[in-house]
Amino acid sequence: MTILPGSVGTLSASDDIEHAIAPEPGRTALLKDMLFGQASTIFAFSVVVIFLLVAILAPWLAPYDPLAQSVLSINKQPSWAHWLGTDQFGRDVLSRMIHGSRNSLLFGLISPALAAFFGTILGVTAGYFGGVVDRVISRVVDLLLAFPELLLAIMIAAVLGGAFWNIIAVITVAFIPGFARVARASTLAVKQEPYIEAAVAVGLRTPTIIIRHVIPNISAPILVLMTLWVASAIRLEASLSFLGIGTRAPNPSWGNIIRDGLNNLFGSPWPIIAAGFAITCVVLSFNLMGDAVRDVLDPETTR
Amino acid sequence: MTIAPSLSRQQPVSSTHPGPLLKVEDLSIEFGPEGTAVRVVEGVSFSIDAGAAVGIVGESGSGKSMTSLAVMGLIPSPPGRIATGRILFEGVDLLGLPRSRMPEIRGRDIAMIFQEPMSSLNPVMTIGDQIGEAIKLHEKMGREERRQRIIELLKLVGIPDPERRLGAYPHQFSGGMRQRVMIAMAVACNPKLLIADEPTTALDVTIQAQVLELMHKIRRTLNTTILLISHDLGVIADICERVIVMYAGKVVEDADVKTIFRSPKHPYTRGLLQSIPRLKDENTRLYQIPGMVPLPGTIKQGCPFFPRCPDRIDKCARETPPLLEITSQQKAACWVSAGATS
Amino acid sequence: MLYRLADAIPTIWLVLTLVFIAMRILPGDPAIAALGDGALPEQLAEFREKMGLNVPIWQQYFNFLIGTLTLDFGKSYMNGAPVLDLIARNLPYTIQLTVAAMILGTVIGIPFGVLAAVKRGKLPDSGMRIFSLVGYAVPDFYLGALFLIGFALNLRWFPINGAGSGFFDILHHLFLPALTLALVKAAFIGRLTRTSVLEVLGKDYVRTARAKGARENRVIYRHALRNALLPLATGMGLSLLATLSGSVAVELVFNRPGIGRLLIQSITERDYGVIQGGVVVFALMVVFVNLMMDLLYVVIDPRIRVK
Repeated sequence: MTILPGSVGTLSASDDIEHAIAPEPGRTALLKDMLFGQASTIFAFSVVVIFLLVAILAPWLAPYDPLAQSVLSINKQPSWAHWLGTDQFGRDVLSRMIHGSRNSLLFGLISPALAAFFGTILGVTAGYFGGVVDRVISRVVDLLLAFPELLLAIMIAAVLGGAFWNIIAVITVAFIPGFARVARASTLAVKQEPYIEAAVAVGLRTPTIIIRHVIPNISAPILVLMTLWVASAIRLEASLSFLGIGTRAPNPSWGNIIRDGLNNLFGSPWPIIAAGFAITCVVLSFNLMGDAVRDVLDPETTR
Repeated sequence: MTIAPSLSRQQPVSSTHPGPLLKVEDLSIEFGPEGTAVRVVEGVSFSIDAGAAVGIVGESGSGKSMTSLAVMGLIPSPPGRIATGRILFEGVDLLGLPRSRMPEIRGRDIAMIFQEPMSSLNPVMTIGDQIGEAIKLHEKMGREERRQRIIELLKLVGIPDPERRLGAYPHQFSGGMRQRVMIAMAVACNPKLLIADEPTTALDVTIQAQVLELMHKIRRTLNTTILLISHDLGVIADICERVIVMYAGKVVEDADVKTIFRSPKHPYTRGLLQSIPRLKDENTRLYQIPGMVPLPGTIKQGCPFFPRCPDRIDKCARETPPLLEITSQQKAACWVSAGATS
Repeated sequence: MLYRLADAIPTIWLVLTLVFIAMRILPGDPAIAALGDGALPEQLAEFREKMGLNVPIWQQYFNFLIGTLTLDFGKSYMNGAPVLDLIARNLPYTIQLTVAAMILGTVIGIPFGVLAAVKRGKLPDSGMRIFSLVGYAVPDFYLGALFLIGFALNLRWFPINGAGSGFFDILHHLFLPALTLALVKAAFIGRLTRTSVLEVLGKDYVRTARAKGARENRVIYRHALRNALLPLATGMGLSLLATLSGSVAVELVFNRPGIGRLLIQSITERDYGVIQGGVVVFALMVVFVNLMMDLLYVVIDPRIRVK
């Protein structure tokens, strides 16, 4: 810095401090730090890996058929034969839990991905073209965003009913507005960049510009949102199944295991305790992972 | 303009306490974790007599703002901390006081106005309440009496129609008006020492002049001792009789304003003076001090100004010059000015 | 302020239109949906006649809008009872629960959040982090079920179902469900309070307050918290809506009457008349809460008041 006439700089107190801060570590170091630096992240990472393994290997891991009823073994307490006991139909709770993890995984991964896909299309369309298209899309998106996801999901499920793809659709639709808003905002920012102007100037067609130049540049925030919403999707599926409008009996899902458990309160509390604990742990872990991914990909928005 | 009785209690010209009102001795301030901490202020000493107006000049990063915050006991901590030194106010070491005692002194004995009038007022409180709070914290006073006092203060700082403006919120004021409110708040309890940290920097030039005029008026009517922090020697010359020049966390020159303009003894001060535009010789290019201010903690030995100094000698690279007395009125941290030749 | 009120009207219209489209287009023929595939043509015709489904679709739309405006939500497809009666009977319980949960959640969340911000990096802050992590993850119906098993079933401190009558009985029935929702809320509100108080504590006017000689408690409660309330107001609005949707599951867990249970029951029974009414009521509540949030902003922030 050179000295300006008659003055010696303008900032004061704040920049004295800034000099004292150590230089930032590189991104790989940061990634390493995020994944292995904190005990909480190691915990989250382990839980997620175990969860994935259990979901994938469910048929081989489960000691019993999750649907097999047995009049002889109703409401058994946990034992060596049934680690988590049995429910009011004599079904093995552990096996139902293991199979139920598949539902959580499927909904947890498919819905945010689909929502990201459709939300991005809507958001980019609104952001890139502007005008009436933008106003209509934004108005509807704002309106839907005013509704909590669960409420929106219940309202849609009320109309659609609860087959597998219907639930996927319900959760997806509940998530689309969030993605659309982020995609629109990011597109508006990217549109100002000189490289878009350059692309227009050299005569690239609009679809090419959007796919080659806009989408790659807005992918980071979308990806961050996607990881953060895996947890929300798992929770949402559990809630809907609990309410009886998600995964339907007799197919097991962590949500409807709790639902069945509530109808059998005097029988055995173990299904409720186990399934709720599993939901909490998995959602917590995906949340922690999501935070870590956000810190790495999108350091500016950190807390 | 007549000053109401409550405001006319000037600070007595001769304090009961003998010696300077404020004496800072060997003050060092560190930032960052212990061990790797960086010193942003190092070994700063100066004193201010009651009734005087002293300026500290220096560029950003020179440690002048941190020095003033240290006097207030407002160093953001963590990460900041005072590493060494004493701050004697009327002979009492403020650093030795228990933490709970500082709020009694802040606002009553020592008050401060800040650089950013736009953000220094609480946006959700009326200005009347904010000034009133300063009074309420230190003086027992009835509601109506306090209201009268606030109105007088607003009159003093030149806010028109004070009875009505009492209930207004900061966002309804311009930057210059907000700085007037800040000043009214600072002098509300008639402090012995008023610290003004870059009070005019964020303002337009014409408003700057008005605020400086107001500072003069405060000094005249209340006989307040002033410590003015600025990067602008012109502003300091306008208000103060004495100036302390800081560079890279250290005091490099300490002299009265006339002397410093006539014969600056530190080459950095000379550079500062040469870079002030003058009306007479409009053809010459303005002087720029070559190079950049060193980052705190990067100077291992020698004079911090050495890399940029036009008059440097070998000794400057080896030994850090202490603040040397050149005359009884002037001290400078420079080997060359003190007579060294090699 | 008038502008904001006026702005709510097209929003309500849009909501109603979306609900109408969803309800009338998506499930196919509502008469068949209600009576089943095996219904005779005469039965279907009679049903359509009774439910006002035998007029052109645009007229149904018009009737629907007029009906909603005059608080006439039609009849239950199951038993012909007016939907308005069902809603009027259940709504107070949902409002009780939501309001109690909000109050409890705020009373727990805000002081905890302030404490975490002030003692940053110390024990209360770590406590807040763990509390909010778990609070974000635990499903409210699971927490409710645990409370039910622990405090109602085993310890018998609280009733296991219903909503009670008489002031103290109502509170007795309300406590566990409200606490369930409140703890989840407190995690959210506490985290939010911590963040916004921390942000505000770094502001220049907080330094000014300290420079005046204000003590730390005064700085936090008089200067910081009031400013931190601004972002908090938005969060509280969102969290009120989340509590409203959470009430659906909690009503089910504690077997409490309420709009949520009414809606879920009507979904199970495919009673489209009631579903439509319930959905409209929830939608209107969302719009209403958003409007209230805007108005609350105006009260808290003098800058908006003047504009």
